[in-house]
Amino acid sequence: MHIVDRRQNPSGRNLGNRQRFIDRARSRLRKAVRDSILERSIEDTSSGERVVIPGDDIHEPEFRRDESTGRRVGVLPGNREFREGDTIPRPRGGAGGAGGREGSAEGEGEDGFAFVLTRDEFLDLVFEDLALPDLVKKKLKAEQSSKPYRAGFTPSGPPSRLNLMRSLRRSMVRRAALGRPRPEAVAELEAELARLEAGEIVPADGRSREARIAELREALDRARRKRAAVPWLDPMDLRFNRLERRPEPVARAVMFCLMDVSASMDDEMKGLAKRFFLLLHLFLERHYEHVEVVFIRHTQRAEEVDERTFFEDRQTGGTVVSSALREMIRIRDARFPPDEYNLYVAQASDGDDVPGDVETCIELLTDDILPSVQYMAYVEILSQRGQPGFAIPRESDLWQGYAPIAQMHPALALRRIAQPRDIFPVFRDLFRREGVAE
Amino acid sequence: MSEKRGRKTARTATGKAAAKRAASSKAPATGTATGDLLFDRPAWSFETLARTHDAIEEVARGELGLDPYPTRLEVVSSEQMLDAYAATGMPVMYPHWSFGKRFARQEMLYRKGFQQLALEIVINSNPSLCYIMEDNTMAAQATVIAHAAIGHNHFFRHNNVFREWTEADSVLDELRHARRFVMECEERHGRPAVEKVLDAAHALLSHGVDRAGRGERPDPVATRARLAERARQQRLEAQDLWLRTVPSRAEPPEEGTAAAERRAMGLPEENLLLFLENHAPLLDAWQRELLRIVRWLATYFEPQRQTKLMNEGCATWCHFEIMQRLRDRGRIGDGAMLEFLDLHSMVVAQPSFDSQGYGGLNPYALGFAMMRDIVRVCTEPTEEDAAWFPDIAGNGRPVETLRRAWADFRDESFVRQYLSPRLIREWRLFSLCDDAAAPALRVEAIHDDEGYRRIVRALADQYDPAAQTPAIEVTGADLRGERVLHLRHSVQDGRVLDPLEVRRVLRHVQRLWGYAVHLTEADAGSGTELTAYRSDGA
Repeated sequence: MHIVDRRQNPSGRNLGNRQRFIDRARSRLRKAVRDSILERSIEDTSSGERVVIPGDDIHEPEFRRDESTGRRVGVLPGNREFREGDTIPRPRGGAGGAGGREGSAEGEGEDGFAFVLTRDEFLDLVFEDLALPDLVKKKLKAEQSSKPYRAGFTPSGPPSRLNLMRSLRRSMVRRAALGRPRPEAVAELEAELARLEAGEIVPADGRSREARIAELREALDRARRKRAAVPWLDPMDLRFNRLERRPEPVARAVMFCLMDVSASMDDEMKGLAKRFFLLLHLFLERHYEHVEVVFIRHTQRAEEVDERTFFEDRQTGGTVVSSALREMIRIRDARFPPDEYNLYVAQASDGDDVPGDVETCIELLTDDILPSVQYMAYVEILSQRGQPGFAIPRESDLWQGYAPIAQMHPALALRRIAQPRDIFPVFRDLFRREGVAE
Repeated sequence: MSEKRGRKTARTATGKAAAKRAASSKAPATGTATGDLLFDRPAWSFETLARTHDAIEEVARGELGLDPYPTRLEVVSSEQMLDAYAATGMPVMYPHWSFGKRFARQEMLYRKGFQQLALEIVINSNPSLCYIMEDNTMAAQATVIAHAAIGHNHFFRHNNVFREWTEADSVLDELRHARRFVMECEERHGRPAVEKVLDAAHALLSHGVDRAGRGERPDPVATRARLAERARQQRLEAQDLWLRTVPSRAEPPEEGTAAAERRAMGLPEENLLLFLENHAPLLDAWQRELLRIVRWLATYFEPQRQTKLMNEGCATWCHFEIMQRLRDRGRIGDGAMLEFLDLHSMVVAQPSFDSQGYGGLNPYALGFAMMRDIVRVCTEPTEEDAAWFPDIAGNGRPVETLRRAWADFRDESFVRQYLSPRLIREWRLFSLCDDAAAPALRVEAIHDDEGYRRIVRALADQYDPAAQTPAIEVTGADLRGERVLHLRHSVQDGRVLDPLEVRRVLRHVQRLWGYAVHLTEADAGSGTELTAYRSDGA
């Protein structure tokens, strides 16, 4: 008997199969995922998503008997009061017999197939075909991560980076330059000396044997001393690979969420805005390693707040939209220089503004904001309570002001949202990749 | 492969933790001499695993005369266990989306807590692979080893159905070949093309077995030889142009060609996959090989279908007997024994038909009960037993009798042979007839003198593989004219096929056959034609 510990083996052998399955069910999944995004809050998607898809494409058919036909006999345990010949009314919704196969989970194909998508799989499907507009940004901020690059050679370093080729080449050059005798040369001298001493040979030039022996001894002595003095490999030969940590540009983004929290925005409208912001945040997170979010709310004054306050705290007051734009410019200049960050602005409002302020907004947008940001989405939240009877949206003050700018600046986009199910289509619409039809 | 899971055997994490606590608090209290104990702590280690396995094997081989394949215990994590039984429990498997589907489903059930993981999976190979989960306590590991590594393993090695249908030595080789071949095909022909064939073949999985004849014995070497031969054939066919341009004698039209062809094709043929592999006119060699792989898989799983009850009964009886014997020798502590009994009683729970948890007869429970009953008949027979089982009643050799039964029978014949009146009474079995024509269900037999035989027959029929799978045959294949493939379903007891499913499967069959496929349903007795399906679309 052997015991094999397999725990260290990679699990997830079925990830490939799982991917195949998802590929196969993709069109159905896409619909299920989009439906679910319409129905629920985006926050839930951070963990993964249970989806139910119709079983057609992924059903595995087999020849199977129709259980409602013919005559079947089944044996069951636990009889209490039955006697032979008793009749039992047929239970509703199913056959009574024990049936052949137990628990045929595979046979439930038509009922829809429920399983859990991981967060990544889910978001992949949600954001499929969407791309960030104007993703490439000038120079991007660099400090945070650095990556090692080869950068020549250095005389010192850890053994693991020793460059053998370079080190030995230098050793060879040095040995040659300093005339270190090769072991063969020494061996030759030794052999000649030994034969002379043994009387096997005599010097060819007619000199005396002793003279030659003395000469050889001296040569040998020199050679040995030289070999001892000139090492085969000297520390000065060693060369190490040099790695240089070079800063990697990190794409960073900051997302400004601007929302009107004046009295005219009720909770439902804020909820709609929130969902839109969350979706945008999720989307940006997939494209940038670092996404910072700045929440700016405004009534007649604007202030930067944390997320909770932004969505939950109530405030009443008038509406001066330009105050939020000014605050955004201030924060941008203070913390997010546009040449280091990708700037995204999402503004949600019901479109009300005090008279005369719209002109200021237009000015701020065209002169300052739009040239510096990647993209700005203005989402106008229509009141759901609305006016019963006639639902023709009145052109709001802000819309009227923004619409002409949007014509000139591709970086600005305007959309209206009236109910939760509008959000995702609007979102897709805003970020649809060029050339991909819906 | 066999697995047990669900509420029957598997434990929740909390249940296990509780068991651990109980066991650890008990161990010091009882003060048993721990020198002889195989393990005295709930946590397992490789050393205790090895020691326990050896002790269990000693009991199994020495006292019970069991003879399992050599075992390889593989410790896996729960994630890996989940992986394993999504791919039908095989250690190596070709890639296919349906395994991903099964995996996604299992994962959800597991994560949502509807279902627990199997405690073990054992693969019918030589040496047998037995996966055990790292989260199990040592008592559970011991149970698993006695159950799977000994019980199932002995059954795999000695049961006739397994011996006849599967080749334990080459299982892993064949699986590796399957995986490599499918992946090569995907590279060469693209995933959709491969999936199309596999999907269709999977739809016919239960019709890829030679029920009448003996099972195939696949040999990877022969497989490769066959592949080479097919490649050669293909090259020959490629010379067709050359052959056709060379003048040759015109073949004289042969008399009775159609009848001869029919004979040559071996019609009627119940093994649809085999038929398509051999005779589908448009398939390429690699597609035929894919069909053969699926057919091999079907054959491999067939014994498991036919012996579920016995296999589980055998394994459950073995783990119970072995644990008892180890307990008697003082090698298992009180805590561990209690944990084992708790586990065991969950395995053999059989809710009655009208309780909420009823999900059919539990093969573990019924199998175990029948094994114990056989032991009882051998050792303490009653007069009734002597009348019913004259061969074995009171023979005094219960284990030998069991071993013979495990070797010679399959579920259907086993029930027919060994289900005793006493067990029928104990279980209060009754048979119920569901006739679509009748307004209500009718009780056909209960546990009384008139009923015993009928219940035995009804239960045996229920386990008959022929009764489980609709009998569908190829009755005709026109290779010259319109090339229609004719299938025929012999309808037993008026039970016709689910029409929606038929249409779906026929679409798959048509993809393989390449031309129209007709299926006729006809009553098995009278031959009256009931329904006809045609799949003609392109």
